[in-house]
Order: sequence, then C-alpha cells, then structure tokens
Amino acid sequence: MVSYSAVKESRFAEEFRNLTGQEGDQAVRGLRERAFEYYKANGFPTPRHEDWKYTNVAEIAKRDWQVGTYGFSLAELDADVLEIVERFRFDRNGFTALNLAFAEFAVVRIPKDTVVEQPIEFDLSAPAGKAVFPHVIVVAEAGSKATLVGVYESEGASFTNAAVQIIVEDNANLTHYRVQKESPEAFHYGSTEITLGRGSVYNSTNINLGGAISRHDIELKFTAEGAEAWVDGLYMLNGTQHSDTHSIIDHQVPNCTSHQNYKGVLNDKSRGVFNGRVFVRENASGTDAQQSNKNLLLSNDARVDTKPQLEIFNDDVKCAHGATVGQLEEEELFYLKTRGLDDELARNLLTYGFAEEIINKIGIEKIKVELDRAILNRLTTDLGERI
Amino acid sequence: MLLEVKNLHAGIEGKEILKGLNLQVNKGEVHAIMGPNGSGKSTLSKVLAGHPSYEVISGEVLYEGKNLLDLEPDERAREGVFMAFQYPVEVPGVSNSQFLRLAYNEKMKHLGEEELDPLEFNDYLKEKAKVVDMSPEFFKRSVNEGFSGGEKKRNEILQMAVLEPKLAILDETDSGLDIDALRIVAEGVNKLRSSENAIILVTHYQRLLNYIEPDFVHVLADGKIVKEGGKELAMELEEKGYDWVKAAGK
Repeated sequence: MVSYSAVKESRFAEEFRNLTGQEGDQAVRGLRERAFEYYKANGFPTPRHEDWKYTNVAEIAKRDWQVGTYGFSLAELDADVLEIVERFRFDRNGFTALNLAFAEFAVVRIPKDTVVEQPIEFDLSAPAGKAVFPHVIVVAEAGSKATLVGVYESEGASFTNAAVQIIVEDNANLTHYRVQKESPEAFHYGSTEITLGRGSVYNSTNINLGGAISRHDIELKFTAEGAEAWVDGLYMLNGTQHSDTHSIIDHQVPNCTSHQNYKGVLNDKSRGVFNGRVFVRENASGTDAQQSNKNLLLSNDARVDTKPQLEIFNDDVKCAHGATVGQLEEEELFYLKTRGLDDELARNLLTYGFAEEIINKIGIEKIKVELDRAILNRLTTDLGERI
Repeated sequence: MLLEVKNLHAGIEGKEILKGLNLQVNKGEVHAIMGPNGSGKSTLSKVLAGHPSYEVISGEVLYEGKNLLDLEPDERAREGVFMAFQYPVEVPGVSNSQFLRLAYNEKMKHLGEEELDPLEFNDYLKEKAKVVDMSPEFFKRSVNEGFSGGEKKRNEILQMAVLEPKLAILDETDSGLDIDALRIVAEGVNKLRSSENAIILVTHYQRLLNYIEPDFVHVLADGKIVKEGGKELAMELEEKGYDWVKAAGK
C-alpha cells in the first residue's frame, strides 16, 4: 500500500533531483542531500511530537506545492558561510530539513566596525500556490551596527518556509524586525537562529498578523559574556488563524541579559501558542532573564496555550517570568467610558494600546505606520480615523 | 439646579453604603464632601459616574432635570459629567494626545459641534496644558504610564480642562500629593472654576480646602450627610476631628 504522505514525498523528491542536478557546489549539495534524507525519513511534524502538540500542519503536508524561487543569485558559499550553514539545525523538524534541502541562500555581511544607517530589508514573500525556501545568513562583524528587516507578505495559499541564521559578533549591535503579514490563506514556517558574541546587542521585534497556520521557532544562544538581547513579539489573530511561537533563549555563559515580551490578541475562533524556554546553564552566573507573555482574548471562542519555562541550573541569577490570559479590565473600560468613549470604542482603544506596546518598539516609521494601520483595520470601530 | 440627589441608597456587593443621601448642587458652586474612611464618599463619586460594580437601591439623581441613573457612564460623560479618579488608570500604548482628542471629539460629535483634527487639537491642548503647568512632553507619553502620583493627578485635571464638564467630581484628588503638586492641581481647579460649572470635591482632609475654597461643606458619616455648612465647617472639623460629627450623626 502506498501511503498518502509517501506520494507527497516522492513529488518533492522530483523537484529535489532537479535542483541538486544544477547544484555546482559539492559541499552544499552534500548538505542538501543530508537534509532531504532527514525530511524523507521524518516528514512534517505531527501533533504527536511534544513541540507540535497544539499545531497541526496536515493542511500544509497534504497540498501540492510548486517550488518557487526569488532569484537570489549566489554562485557559491564562502568557506566561513558554509561553516555557518553546517551549524544550521536542519534536524529540528521536517520544515527545517526541507528548508535546507531547497534553501535559496542570501548572505549579508556587515563589515567590522561599520555602522549601516539604512535598514537592510528582505522581502521574503511567496506568490500564491508556491512554496519558497529562503535561507538568510547575517553576520554582523565585530563592532558593527545595523538594522535587519524581514517582511513576509505572501499571497493566497502559499507556503513560506524560511530560515534565518544570525551571528552577532563581539560588541556588534543588530536590530531585527520580522514582520509576517501574509494572506489569511497562507502557510508559514520560520526558524531564526541567533548566536551572540561578547558584549553584543540583539534587539528583535517579531510581528505575526497573517497566515492560516504560522509557526516561528526561535533559538538564541549567548556564547560569550556581557551580551544583551530582546526577543519581543506580537501575534494578533482573527477568523480561524493559528499562530505558534516556540522560542529558546539559552544562557550558556555568565553575565548576559535577556528580555522577552510577547503579547497576543486573539479574536473570533483564532488560536495562539506561545512556548518560551529560557535555559540558564550551570556556569551562567550573573544571568538576568526576564520573560513575559500576556494574552488578550476578545472572543469566547478564541484560545491560547502559553507555556513559559525557566530552566535554571545556577543560583546566582535574576530571573522572572509570567504569563497571563485574560479579557479587558473592567476598571480600564470604566475609566475610558467616564471620558465619553462608548463600550465598543473603549474596548477597541484598549486593544489597540495593548498591541501598540510592541509596535511602538519599531524604529522605522514607514513600517510602524503600516503596522498601526493593519492593527486598526482589525478593530470593529472607526478608531483608525479618530486617533 | 444642576444636580439633585434625593434620598439615595446605594452600595456594592449587596452591602448598603449610602443610606439616604441628599445633595443639591447649582452651577457656579463648589461643594466639599468630607468624611472619615468608610463613610461612603467614594461610593457617592462612583455612583454619580456610573461605575458598574455599584448598585443603586433606591432614591433619585437628577442632572439638569433628567434621570442621571438611566445613562451609561459614557453618556453621562458626553453630557458633561466628569470624575477625576483617585487612582487614574494607565493605558499603555495609547498616547495622551490621541486619547484626549478622541474623548474631546466624542463629546463634540455628540453635541453636533465641530471636531478637531490632530493639528488643531494640538494647539487646543497646548493652551489647556497651561492650566496645570504640563509640558507638551506629556502629550506623547502613554496615558498615565510611568507617571508619578502628582503627574497622574495633574493629568486628570488636564482632562477636565480639555473636556470642560458642567459637573466635575474630584475623588480624593489630594491624596498622595506633596505640597507642590497639591498647589499646582488646586490652582488648576481654581482656573477651571466658573459660573457655568460646578465642582464636587470629595476629600478626607481639610488640606485641599486651603487651596480650593468651597461654597458648601457637607460632612458624610455612615452613608448620610450629618452636618452642612460653609467653608468654616472644614476648619472646625480639622480641629475637632471626625468623632465630633460621628457623634452628632447618631
């Protein structure tokens, strides 16, 4: 008997043969083959996997996908970039494996001690019906400073499977905005791996507004002392949207600081998942790790599963975490009403403010204004025209 | 008459707190409601503003001759009732100027008057901010977020200045203020006081009344007004303490 998933795998296999047939770089070809083997052996994750308990990707697995391309022209990878790619955790799951198998590489290198004022922007959108596999490698060399923007605005029922690997070297400073506002029919998987050097700063804001099913895996590692990271985000969902963020913040060395502030706004029958693990390893004394996940449920049918997890193996640390799931506060509503706002407008304003706390972090005016609009457009009143 | 409270019985969670309160307020008047903790001062403020947790058991509240208790809190506000909160609420993510313009325009829309665009409103707001000596830096900050106690109370009075209520209830506006902040807040209220509006000062201490001179002082004990008089009554209270009136009430 030929199982349904076996049929699908063989179809990706044909695409894969076509791709590797053109692959000139032997080392890269070897990596792709290993990754594809992993995918063939494991397929897409299912809710039987602990990490995928709440997110069912059968809809993605069962569809026909044509492999699309952005046309990034990259002849071959430099030896040091190849080394970074070799460290990519393609065996995280079937998605990461498939990403590496079909990876369309783009490399950004911010030279040592250079400040790049202009944001470096990637549009990683897919056209309807296509599957795309962008794989972006960013190296912020020692002492450099830059802003990275990744925008995902895929159309129709597309499938974006993106990977971003970020190295922030000693004393470098990288701001990272990741904006996922794909169509409500789109499928999205993204993995972001970040490695932080001595005294470096990484400040990220991850916005998830789109997609039928979207999932973002983040893994951030402190590998030298004195680094500081912000991994903040917002998911704002309606209809039957499903958005899942799994993050790992790994304090492997002493004296690093991490902040994580993720917020969720869930309306209609949408569903959010937040799983945030913070590891403080045995020798990571002087760690300061703060984590918060607050969720606002706007409908009785919306649901969120949140699991903040601190795993601490050192006593000399300052850690705090918390998660809340709730509705708008009566006292806040009353306050706004005593200023003349009716019930619906007051609710909309509080919802907007809740989301805005994250949006306000965005330092690029154009993106911030667009997101503002996107959020206001999801509200039930004309608040957007009134503030 | 602007406000008439007749034999008002009200409470919270099934507990009766106001036990037959009467009060009459005309335009151009400032009334101080004083009383010890638990006398029902806060309940009166919240019932007048329409807090959903408080229930009116019996009695009547007429505002401009209409039944105030029939109106939702936002309708009361648009009709000109304002309450300055003892503990103003923080609204993260919404700037003071966005919030104030929205509130102002809601009222204007209700009255059928011209609404202001952000630029026009900014000029209006700058003028109003002088009342409480607030710098425009506060306009961009989220409503009350990270404000000191004094700044929050000044922000309440700024809202009052912007919304120009006919009836303003200041609920323990003096609590938690140092002497400088108290002076700024009180001067702000004095500037807003006019023959066209009325102010009810709800306060535990006489201190505020050194700065805002009331026309009438009402002493509340156990849910009823037990003594009424002019501003000299506040001085007398300060000297003799609340036990004096509590005894008188019995």
